[in-house]
Amino acid sequence: MSRKAIVAAVVVVVVIAAVWIYRSAQMRAPVPTPAAAKLEIFSWWTTGGEEAGLLKMFDIFREQNPGVEIINATVAGGAGFEAKPALKARMLGGDPPDSFQVHMGRELTDTWVITGFMEALDDLFKQEGWEGVFPPGVLALLKHEGSYYSVPVNIHRSNVLWYNTQVFSANMWTPPATFDEFFALAEKMKAKGIAPLALGDVGIWASVHLFEVVMAGALGPEKYNGLWNGSTSWSGPEVKRALDIMARMLMYVNPDHSALSWDQANALVIQGKAGMTIMGDWVDADNLAKGFKESGWAPPPGTRGTFVALSDTFGLPKKSPHPTQAMAWLKLAGSKAGQEAFNPVKGSICARSDCDPGLFGPYLKTAMQDWARDTIVPSLAHGAAASETWVALINDVITAFVTDRDVAKAQAALAKACVDAKVCK
Amino acid sequence: MRLNSDRALALALLVPSIAATAVFVYGFIGWTVWVSLSRWHGLLPDFTWVGLANYAELFRNPRFHIDVRNTVVFTAFLLGACMSLGLGLALLLDRGVRGESLFRSLFFFPMAISFIVTGVAWRWLLAPGDVATGRITGVNVILARLGLPHLKWYTDHTVLFIQPDGPLGQLLGRLGLEALTGPLFGVPVAMLSIVIAATWQMSGFVMALYLAGLRGFPEELREAARIDGAGEWQIYRYVVLPFLRPITLSALIILGHVSLKIFDLVAAMSKRGPGFATDVPAYFMFETTFHGDRFAQGAAIAIVMLVTVSVLIVPYLAYTMRKETGG
Amino acid sequence: MRGLRRIGRILVYTGLAGAGAFYLLPVYVLVITGLKSYAEAGLGQMWQLPLSPSLESFRQAYERLAPYFANSLTLTVPAALLSSLVGSVNGYVLSKWRFRGSDLLFTLILFGMFIPYQSILIPLVYTLQRVNMVAAGLGIPGWLAWAIPGYGTITGLAFVHVVYGIPITTLIFRNYYATVPDDLMDAAKIDGAGLLGIYRKVLFPISMPAFAVVLIWQFTSIWNEFLFAVVLTQNPAVRPVTVALYNLAGSYIVEWNVQMAGALLAAAPTLLVYIFLGRYFLRGLLAGALKG
Repeated sequence: MSRKAIVAAVVVVVVIAAVWIYRSAQMRAPVPTPAAAKLEIFSWWTTGGEEAGLLKMFDIFREQNPGVEIINATVAGGAGFEAKPALKARMLGGDPPDSFQVHMGRELTDTWVITGFMEALDDLFKQEGWEGVFPPGVLALLKHEGSYYSVPVNIHRSNVLWYNTQVFSANMWTPPATFDEFFALAEKMKAKGIAPLALGDVGIWASVHLFEVVMAGALGPEKYNGLWNGSTSWSGPEVKRALDIMARMLMYVNPDHSALSWDQANALVIQGKAGMTIMGDWVDADNLAKGFKESGWAPPPGTRGTFVALSDTFGLPKKSPHPTQAMAWLKLAGSKAGQEAFNPVKGSICARSDCDPGLFGPYLKTAMQDWARDTIVPSLAHGAAASETWVALINDVITAFVTDRDVAKAQAALAKACVDAKVCK
Repeated sequence: MRLNSDRALALALLVPSIAATAVFVYGFIGWTVWVSLSRWHGLLPDFTWVGLANYAELFRNPRFHIDVRNTVVFTAFLLGACMSLGLGLALLLDRGVRGESLFRSLFFFPMAISFIVTGVAWRWLLAPGDVATGRITGVNVILARLGLPHLKWYTDHTVLFIQPDGPLGQLLGRLGLEALTGPLFGVPVAMLSIVIAATWQMSGFVMALYLAGLRGFPEELREAARIDGAGEWQIYRYVVLPFLRPITLSALIILGHVSLKIFDLVAAMSKRGPGFATDVPAYFMFETTFHGDRFAQGAAIAIVMLVTVSVLIVPYLAYTMRKETGG
Repeated sequence: MRGLRRIGRILVYTGLAGAGAFYLLPVYVLVITGLKSYAEAGLGQMWQLPLSPSLESFRQAYERLAPYFANSLTLTVPAALLSSLVGSVNGYVLSKWRFRGSDLLFTLILFGMFIPYQSILIPLVYTLQRVNMVAAGLGIPGWLAWAIPGYGTITGLAFVHVVYGIPITTLIFRNYYATVPDDLMDAAKIDGAGLLGIYRKVLFPISMPAFAVVLIWQFTSIWNEFLFAVVLTQNPAVRPVTVALYNLAGSYIVEWNVQMAGALLAAAPTLLVYIFLGRYFLRGLLAGALKG
């Protein structure tokens, strides 16, 4: 190598090293420094309405807290499937964000509260009078040993059957209210060359989501609730019936389901290539983002009057680098102004019961009515009903079940998962 | 005197690397073994000793059985494809073709790309669509135009295995080997899509190794063989290939340990796949640890992976060491 | 005979062209999809050329990935340099200053190259966290904070890459120096040069081919690495580009055009290195630097 080349190489190296040192010095130091005015929010809201809603909340936050730099730490992926491992690695590494998105229920309590990673928020709840504005069912799921640990910003419904009203009215179809009607309709769709049920389970959670909706329909709210505390047996005839129905449903899904994400599955419904999809009500925001106005919705078979709920909440990690800003964020997340700005765009309803229905679109208006009068049960796939360990075990059972459809094997494995999760004896 | 102080200095120069290896390789492996023998489930460490319970649990887990099968299938197919393609291309290029350097770069450049990029690209190329509703996508469009059948690629949950009532299955049954006729001794079709993507990425490396070897091949040997009346084919079979044997061994070792540890490509392309058809131990470990919070179980998977790789690597390292010290 | 030869030639070129098509297929799709708009970039129209090619997707992808590029660069370049320096010193000592047990030591170091990193991941996270805590306890001043190889820092990730790069870099240099005749060293020794003198005067000046191989190798593998990065550097301030791309690809409204453009951008630096410096790498291979 020539002398010139060596000199050039050395120059390049020195320049890069200088830039590196400069940048690194600027970077957030790993050693806690006096809290600069910053706020880092960790979430999996990266696209469409969810991102727009988050940015709206950021705007309000900036107005209320001028001069605070907001760091939007997102990890993309439906249902937080990619975000949750990333968050865990950061928390274990002692590098927590100021506040992070976490599902209400067991995901919050079993993963983070019992292990002592979170600060209690009782003073904030008292100061803001939140015990009066959040429904009691929601409050109960945020509590552990008498203290509150996170602030719910919205409510999503998991059990919704979505369809294309143009396709349905052209064929004079009506959304099925029972499983028998569902299968009769699926046969008609198949005969028309339409894939009856669109599923996109590249991340396995979408098939677990389908499973929870089928279980809620097949067992009814009371028995369904019993699954999560061991009072309904996983080996009994009810779970067997749910698995039988699910196995039959899987015969009507698009064959490339394991290559698609849930929104790609919804695109099949929009294009009229699939008849229905069973997915949470974030589909509404996806439809709006895609400019699709002919969307129809109904409770999936057997779940009229049942609202399978999940909620995105924000909590305060113990080692939050900027606790003052984090508290201001939590206050905003629970406030009427914050929720009314966020939810109509995100496509969810308020966790508070005093939001103005006039701000919401047609689907969300119906969801608000159902939320007020339906029986509320917790979602499995989205962290409310079971610990993440248990959900991961159920994920494995359902992965096998989706392809082999072996009811007996799946039921035995589900019963074992309940024991391994230390809920069943 | 000088020599002695130099010897001391030589050792001193090695100390940082020795210390780093001792702590970050051997120390951490020991630590992980300890975790794998503990009850640590949940985010908080719990080093209560449970013996081999996590391993027992793992060996009972059907997902793990599938993972072992998938790894064996992936490794076998990847090695087969990369070695034959790499050797074939090297032999073609070695014949003195025009534009050799262009072809060489063309075959070699995927090596420069991360498995994440490869996974993103091939996930799209091999997205199958749905033939029943006429929604055909990706490579299947080309297949359809050529009149070839529609393939389901990485969404295919079919496992090809020896049917117990077929002729081969009956033969195995008579030999008392009917255990080999189950899907656990089959080939998951979806895995072959991952093999295609990995071959795209890794075969150029094998080509480069072989090409380097062929360039070092002494022409006299070829001449001598010719004088002895050997044909081209025989020269390749009996002179060139044996000469390349050390390279074959190196390539097998490098590819083998990569394929036993494969993670990024699967995570970016298909994750666990339909019915775990593309699940691998590394991905299982990641999910178990960071989704399921079962750290002890995750550590057990990692240690089983380590043992598997060691079975391949330790004899190789011992062999090379003995060869070097011996001569 | 000539006819046969000709057929042989044709077969050779057909084989090469066929293989070339296989290797170019993904590149073709990446490029044409990157040039399309969101509306055009559907799974169904994958093979069609863009109607009105534009660099818009590349601009969007660059906008999203730019900070992470800087992270990757500040990670990769110093880590590659440092690890080749470490490898060179180790290789020199282990090939030219062998002592009793040095081969065993080398083999023990080499083993680290083959281990699945899952088997050290959990302790690694805890140790790097401890590093941060100790640094905080010692009251390291802010201007020195960048030098702490702790959890969630680029320095920490670079440190990890240097440590786990020791086996491969040592291997390449040791094999390279082993081909240097001992006579050269003896001559320098007679001139009174010691261990460092011999390295500086005799071996370092002729090490460039090995440095080229090691630098290229480490640059590409650190740039492309995913497992350490995804576990150790999730903080957006330090996230490298592979993690950012994986993140982009996980986005739920799948803007394929942006993803493909992003994939090309993320691969560009290592591709450029291979295109422009690949011959040094291959030459190094040819010189037996990577004999395995």
